[in-house]
Amino acid sequence: MGQIQVNNLGKAYKQYSGRWARLAEWLTPGNAVRHQLKWVLQDITFNIQPGEAVGIIGINGAGKSTLLKLITGTAQPTTGHVSISGQVAALLELGMGFHPDFTGRQNAIMAGQLLGMTAQEVTDLMPQIEAFAEIGEYIDSPVRVYSSGMQMRLAFSVATVKRPDVLIVDEALSVGDAYFQHKSFDRIRQFQKAGTTLLIVSHDKAAIQSICDQAILLKAGRLVMQGKPEAVMDYYNAISAAHQQQEISQFILANGSIQTVSGNGQASIESALLTDTTDQKIEIIEVGSTVRLVVEVWAQSDLPELVVGFMIKDRLGQQVFGTNSHHCRQPLAQIKKGERIRYLFEFNANIGPGHYTIALALHTKDTHLENNYEWRDQALLFEVVNNQQDEFVGTAWLKPSLKIHL
Amino acid sequence: MRFVIFITSLLRGLHAYRGFILGTVKRDFQSKYRTSTLGATWSVVNPLAMIVVYTVIFSQIMSTRLPGVESVFGYSVFLCAGILTWGLFAEITARTQNVFLENANLLKKISFPRISLPVIVVLNAGLNFTIVFGLFTIFLIISGNFPGWVFFAIFPILAIQILFSVGLGMVLGVLNVFFRDVGQFFNIALQFWFWLTPIIYPADILPQHLRSLLVFNPMAPLMQAYQGILVLGQWPHWGSLIPVMLTSLAFCSLGLHLFRKHAGELVDEL
Repeated sequence: MGQIQVNNLGKAYKQYSGRWARLAEWLTPGNAVRHQLKWVLQDITFNIQPGEAVGIIGINGAGKSTLLKLITGTAQPTTGHVSISGQVAALLELGMGFHPDFTGRQNAIMAGQLLGMTAQEVTDLMPQIEAFAEIGEYIDSPVRVYSSGMQMRLAFSVATVKRPDVLIVDEALSVGDAYFQHKSFDRIRQFQKAGTTLLIVSHDKAAIQSICDQAILLKAGRLVMQGKPEAVMDYYNAISAAHQQQEISQFILANGSIQTVSGNGQASIESALLTDTTDQKIEIIEVGSTVRLVVEVWAQSDLPELVVGFMIKDRLGQQVFGTNSHHCRQPLAQIKKGERIRYLFEFNANIGPGHYTIALALHTKDTHLENNYEWRDQALLFEVVNNQQDEFVGTAWLKPSLKIHL
Repeated sequence: MRFVIFITSLLRGLHAYRGFILGTVKRDFQSKYRTSTLGATWSVVNPLAMIVVYTVIFSQIMSTRLPGVESVFGYSVFLCAGILTWGLFAEITARTQNVFLENANLLKKISFPRISLPVIVVLNAGLNFTIVFGLFTIFLIISGNFPGWVFFAIFPILAIQILFSVGLGMVLGVLNVFFRDVGQFFNIALQFWFWLTPIIYPADILPQHLRSLLVFNPMAPLMQAYQGILVLGQWPHWGSLIPVMLTSLAFCSLGLHLFRKHAGELVDEL
């Protein structure tokens, strides 16, 4: 239960040359074709095992929503097929079909029926729905007096009152207050632990990386990458840089993780290393110690401007700290081809114990989105250990002091 | 064979979603009067007012008489027999032809048996008709115009009429998604159709050459059957209903065929 098989899936919309073309096609005997197919999804094949959590990412218009529609069955594929075992719940549009003049309770029953439950079943589950939605006595007021957050709470509670075998979530969680977002996320995690297969579309990197075992990247209707969320996210990040004339390559590092390098190649990172204050190369760092990041850049052509940046990410790919020479107020301008420049960032590693990676970027202005010379994910790996400070948890080291007044 | 499988899958879907269908019918009915203080009373008062207009005004105030009928209420009964049943036909066809467009959001976002939508329309229209026709029947009994056993001949004719309306509605409903002019055109056609059908006038006032054209109007024999039963207490000529019956079946199969063939594309067009 809960397996999703997508085989050679494709979706094309018919495009007619004019208003009358469709009519002509319908009325012409035989199988005259007067339309062109506009493919929005092509050759999508993947397999999701029961209990897996998979994130689908891609820029707007990449075909994510179409893919979900095909998987949930609201739209029919042009080629290929989808097979899903078990019961499917889709959180595509929460609050769909709520009628403003009816009470929350009545709407909950209707919404449940639309999901294929019987009125009796919904009535029996009502106490749980009410408890999760936490909208109090509003449940017996017409939905038109609800705030949008309350509608969404109720809708989410109804849609997830029973654990489905497959749960499909389309950025539905971006509404509601922080408290409820948290709560709904927890429920999704609980489902996942209990064996529900998850399929999530989101632009929220943190959500995908913290919950998914796998990610699928769609670009212009095609599946371009499938793999570990960190690697797919890094690749996604690389292709979202606006400059088109750039190459993206991925290498498998010695520890098995994937390094993504992208950019137009006008400048490159010659070497990068972490040292202590005596310039000794280090890979293990004590909490709170001073560390130097040394980056050597080689200009492959004349550059109008050069900014070097770094980003420290934790094990889950969450950003811990990042800055660049632009923010440090030292951008360089008018660099000649062939110049080699050495950057030395020094900082205190006030971060918690754990494994970290450093991504490096060479670009202009304050982000890599415009002129991406080179972007290198996982350029360096290091571990932070705590032997000298008092024990603490978390990714930040805030060096506390304590005074107790009795 | 494939058509049989298609029909069984439709029926299975309808059965699985019967709760949703009945719930929606109930909700649609309630929603009209939901916020009013008198609530459901209005659903009786409205059709009652209509019956009163047709009966009291035409019989007492305008003193309209139907040639060859003695009763004071003759023309009123004649009028109601046609107008009420025509109302059912118009409601089913007009709402079915828009049912996919009106529920575009639902169709695009949620996977459920789409055939539920026209079924909901028919049940809803049936409910409205039951109320108004129930009131009319009460009027017939009170005013002493109840035709006796022949009254029950109305039900098979209603069945044919509903079949015809659904079939036509489905054909138009599917076409209307792809060619939006269909809806506009049919709304106008419906008005002409009403006046070209002997509903407020008896067929025999028409000149001969026009009357012979009535055979091409499937609604005409239905209306004449109702009027015959209710005004004159005559059993309908079942033979005259065979062409309508066949037309209805043809529309129904054409409607289902179009629905099956274009159900997938339908969502893309919405």
